Amino acid sequence: MNGLQLGLMLFLLAAGLTLVFGIMDMVNLAHGSLYMVGAYLIATVSAAADSFWVGLGVGVLATAVLGMLLEVTVLRRLYSRDHVTQVLGTFAILLMCNEGVRMVWGSQPISLNPPAALAGPVELLPGFYYPAFRLLIIGVGLATALVLYLLVTRTRMGMQVRAGASNRDMALAMGTNVQRLFTAVFGLGAALCALAGGMLGPLLAVQVGMGESILILAFVVIVIGGIGSIRGALVGALLVGLVDSGGRTLLPMLFEALFSPQVAADAAPAVASILIYVLMATVLAFKPRGLFPAHG
Amino acid sequence: MARPEPSSVSLLQHKLNLRWTLPLLAALCALPWVAAALGDSFYVTLATRILVFALAATSLNLILGFGGMVSFGHAAFVGVGAYTVGILMQHGITSAWLAWPLAMAVSALLALLIGAISLRTQGVYFIMITLAFAQMLYYLAVSLKAYGGDDGLSLPGRSALGGGVELTDTTLYYVTLALLVATVVFITRLLNARFGQALQAIRENEVRMAALGYAVLRYKLVAFALAGALAGLAGALLANQGGFVSPSLMQWSQSGMLMVMVILGGVGHVLGGLVGAAAFLLMEEFLGHMTEHWQLGLGALLLLVVLVAPQGLMSLLKRRAP
Amino acid sequence: MSTVPLLQVNDLVKRFGALAATDHASLHVQPGQIHALIGPNGAGKTTLIQQISGALQPDSGHIVFDGHDVTTQPIHRRVHRGLSRSYQITNVFLRLSVLDNLALALQAVDGSSLRFWRAAHAEVQRMDRAAAVARRVGLGQRLDALAGALSHAEQRQLEVGLALASGPKLLLLDEPLAGMGPDESQRMVELLHSLRADTTLLLVEHDMDAVFQLADAISVLVFGKVIASGAPAAIREDAEVRRAYLGDDAVPSPQSA
Repeated sequence: MNGLQLGLMLFLLAAGLTLVFGIMDMVNLAHGSLYMVGAYLIATVSAAADSFWVGLGVGVLATAVLGMLLEVTVLRRLYSRDHVTQVLGTFAILLMCNEGVRMVWGSQPISLNPPAALAGPVELLPGFYYPAFRLLIIGVGLATALVLYLLVTRTRMGMQVRAGASNRDMALAMGTNVQRLFTAVFGLGAALCALAGGMLGPLLAVQVGMGESILILAFVVIVIGGIGSIRGALVGALLVGLVDSGGRTLLPMLFEALFSPQVAADAAPAVASILIYVLMATVLAFKPRGLFPAHG
Repeated sequence: MARPEPSSVSLLQHKLNLRWTLPLLAALCALPWVAAALGDSFYVTLATRILVFALAATSLNLILGFGGMVSFGHAAFVGVGAYTVGILMQHGITSAWLAWPLAMAVSALLALLIGAISLRTQGVYFIMITLAFAQMLYYLAVSLKAYGGDDGLSLPGRSALGGGVELTDTTLYYVTLALLVATVVFITRLLNARFGQALQAIRENEVRMAALGYAVLRYKLVAFALAGALAGLAGALLANQGGFVSPSLMQWSQSGMLMVMVILGGVGHVLGGLVGAAAFLLMEEFLGHMTEHWQLGLGALLLLVVLVAPQGLMSLLKRRAP
Repeated sequence: MSTVPLLQVNDLVKRFGALAATDHASLHVQPGQIHALIGPNGAGKTTLIQQISGALQPDSGHIVFDGHDVTTQPIHRRVHRGLSRSYQITNVFLRLSVLDNLALALQAVDGSSLRFWRAAHAEVQRMDRAAAVARRVGLGQRLDALAGALSHAEQRQLEVGLALASGPKLLLLDEPLAGMGPDESQRMVELLHSLRADTTLLLVEHDMDAVFQLADAISVLVFGKVIASGAPAAIREDAEVRRAYLGDDAVPSPQSA
């Protein structure tokens, strides 16, 4: 999967994460769990209804509802606590989600099939074919970015979100109904997670623990992009996607040319994996609060 | 005017309450005999594992609980210590007197380097950067094909103590216990000494400490390196206990687990690491027997602790006036 | 009389984006003085204090303290040179007692804190000195009280105490009277007056009565520039100062104090 697709999907995850972090000041380790649950729900409903689109729609909605329920019952008690406590609390939820999924669906990965219509390649240019589903991923990613942009810049809720991200106390003073806003933001974030899960599910495996590996990437993205900033999430996600995919493609070739095939085989994957962390460390060295920090 | 007595309920002072730590220590010393009497050596192995993780958790507590530095990459130092022992053993160096101090030194050095960069950041950025460095070390370990790579490395035996003494399960248990006791005593004294007072005060109000004239970064860095060294020691012991080192020791989920132990046991309490490690691993052991879905119960319990006892189990045990 | 100033701020500039919070500000503080820095809200007084104490780096200009150029030196270096600061918004160790607060301040300048074994509280001499500092700022009866339990005025006293503990040559006080009623203010003014014997003071203040009671010299900061600096009487009469800050009606005349 190339950098653009990875980047756009990371953006879906990072957008929700950065908003929750920026506005509610909460470190949410369970964010990846929503992605996982979303993927599982979409897979199950698609299989039952024999339609990817039905599965996608139902799964995204159901996950959004689940996210909001979670926020109302448990998560909102963590907002006022310190980050360490939030880490522990959301880690607990992560464990429960993993185990819950394992209890319902078992430990084996389940499959999520792309829609039949998009299973094959599409001819973009004469003689140049590209898998249709991957085009969908890019399309969904770009469309979501546009919708979020419009939402944040053109709607009242979006304005409240931006205000909340840069100055929570001021937003409160201006009469934002904070509780409902928070729940809505959380639900939106959950929906985005599920959407990403539905898009990536056919490509990666739908299995327990799928959330953790992508959660780290999402955190790296929002740190690079600047916490609380959707624009930062997009830029950060694209950067991370490009660097990661680019590294995995180019480094083995580079190492093989510079060193030996043996070194290329051993070292290249490790260095490729490290690249995004080096990227993060470099960005932080010059811009300690990320590229577009929302807080003044 | 009467000489002022230091406030006995000072937040920064720590005491090992001998009234119950001594009986606890006695019980721990007696454990192998009890296990032998019951004819089940398994408890000794489990107890050793608990004590090793108690050491690792205590080292994290130093920087997290007492120093206020939320490091999400601490398991990497444990892993580095374990790998040092493993790699040395691979090359024929088995002496514990050489390998274990070296493990501590390597971990301390890495902690110094990582800390020098990370400690310039604050808040969540610090958490992320420590996580990032830990991931780098993880991938480094995976790439070490000569030492097992992703699959890890089996150790041919245990470290050699010399003088005809072999590291049997029981001996390893006592060695670990002794090292843990020494660490706890050392940390208690350290906390009450100038360094520990400064470190804890930095946790309380870093800006003011700088304004008072403390070179804040210096103290955090020393604490970070110290914690790294102790984690390295825990790693060396873990390698001996399990007979196996693998990159999975360094995964961020392991760091998360260590953090859970510290928070569960009581951030900022000297015995918090021990209590947390014991609680966590015992639950893993016994709940695990009852159901394979024990992690659900663990998650629920953690959540409960977070909501009810924000300072961890220790604070439930001793209600302290702030 | 030409004494070498204890503190020389020369042509300091600090910009935040397009805004020059400090705009070629210059200021001299003579040793033994109580020097007040006044100015309207938003003039950049706290920003200037931050640059003098080391919390902020200026974009250009120099700060010379006690003969040394400290412009780029970190905060802790300046404290060891004898430059100490208190905060406008109380910033003490709320969960520690008054004695512990001051003992920490003393520990900072009393040798290395890289000591790992001996109990810090056993350093009786330091504890005695902490108690002495507490008495000095009027908190002698409150040694064991937690800083968070002190009244606002007592906390402001502790603020001064923390800065005073290191035995500084120059004490930077950012609005020490902030939030105080008339009685408390008067007590604080007396305290500050009594500090004249021990140290030089540079204080930022809004309370004009206190300023004209205490100050030997006044500098007026407007839009990041020091527009006037000199003896209180001269400042009071200065036309530009009256226009920019004091206002023709609001000047406290010597009779009404």
